Amino acid sequence: MSDPWKTLTDVVDPVLSGYPLITALAVVGAVMAASNWASRRLTAGRVHGSAIAIFVGLALAYAGGRATGGKQGLADIEWLSGIGVLGGSMIRDLAIVATAFGVRLDVFRKTGLAGAVSLALGLFVSFMVGATVGWAFGYRDAVSLTTLGGGAATFIVGPVTGAALGASSEVVALSVAAGLIKAVLCMTLTPLVAPAIGLDNPRSAMIFGGLLGTTSGVAGGLAATDERLVPYGAMTATFYTGLGCLVGPSLAFFVIRSIVG
Amino acid sequence: MAIYGSAILAFSLVCGLLAGRLLGLACGIDANVGGVGIAMLLLILITDRISHAAPLDAATQSGILFWSAIYVPVAVALAASQNVRAALTGGPAALLAGAGATIACMMLVPMVNRLGRGDAADDGDHHVGRARDRRQS
Repeated sequence: MSDPWKTLTDVVDPVLSGYPLITALAVVGAVMAASNWASRRLTAGRVHGSAIAIFVGLALAYAGGRATGGKQGLADIEWLSGIGVLGGSMIRDLAIVATAFGVRLDVFRKTGLAGAVSLALGLFVSFMVGATVGWAFGYRDAVSLTTLGGGAATFIVGPVTGAALGASSEVVALSVAAGLIKAVLCMTLTPLVAPAIGLDNPRSAMIFGGLLGTTSGVAGGLAATDERLVPYGAMTATFYTGLGCLVGPSLAFFVIRSIVG
Repeated sequence: MAIYGSAILAFSLVCGLLAGRLLGLACGIDANVGGVGIAMLLLILITDRISHAAPLDAATQSGILFWSAIYVPVAVALAASQNVRAALTGGPAALLAGAGATIACMMLVPMVNRLGRGDAADDGDHHVGRARDRRQS
């Protein structure tokens, strides 16, 4: 007498685990359908279906993290590992670039200067906020403060800066958590604050991308607000993390060291 | 053929990422500096140049448009594969640093938007209507 549960998993497992991307497409499609239904029926269209879907995605990622103890949210559940492929950097970057198809080049050119200003300002403010919070929580050395500042920029800038400066692993972990908070908040808050900050045209989307910088946060936040703004925000955000990794262990560290002594 | 469109898109991304890596290398860091942005510019330039000779046919365009249309579901999958648990259990210092930076930078959007407004006199042309209107149409 064979175990019926084992028989079931023997049937299901090779399909769901063997075709991860296909499973992911079906699951994400179901999430989108449910979210668009909820948007129409429960909010009378006031809350964008995409915003609900991204929020649901984050909630599922939390549940997946709780269930597995892994780092990739829902994608750590074996049957749903394709979520990590569909939402990973490969497909994400391809889709972001595709959104630029048909965009007129002069829009980028006209906002170029404001975009560059927003990049510099976004990095400066993030490092300063991160370092100030670190100071408030009792960190006094420039290495830890700069690493926390990098984390407030993105969850990649933090550990890269920390590794270059030789920060403790506790501080590096804290900086990653700060960067993750930023990405999550950026996805959830952006559709809510968009009307208040004038985020409804390509110019402000480019400035938004430069100021916030976190690729996943900007990608998710703009998708939840208005997907036509995605190429503009992504254009400036794509320079943010690289620039942050460049200034973190150098300029930002020197400035913070000169302040804290 | 649809593959032509997808191939142009893929070619742009590969070249952009290579250029971004080289830019990072030139700056002495192991990171991609602007690779996706360079790829976007490449895609715009290549498709623009091709369509000067002859307009891209609908099938070729569909090879690019599919990936553009699937952007929101990709963003949902991206959200679902974030380490949300680590974000929420990082403690008050991580929460304050992340939230403070996010809110401060969001509040700066209108301020930077006012800078150099003069060079964008025809902003109205590019104004995007509220997404909801589009959804209903």
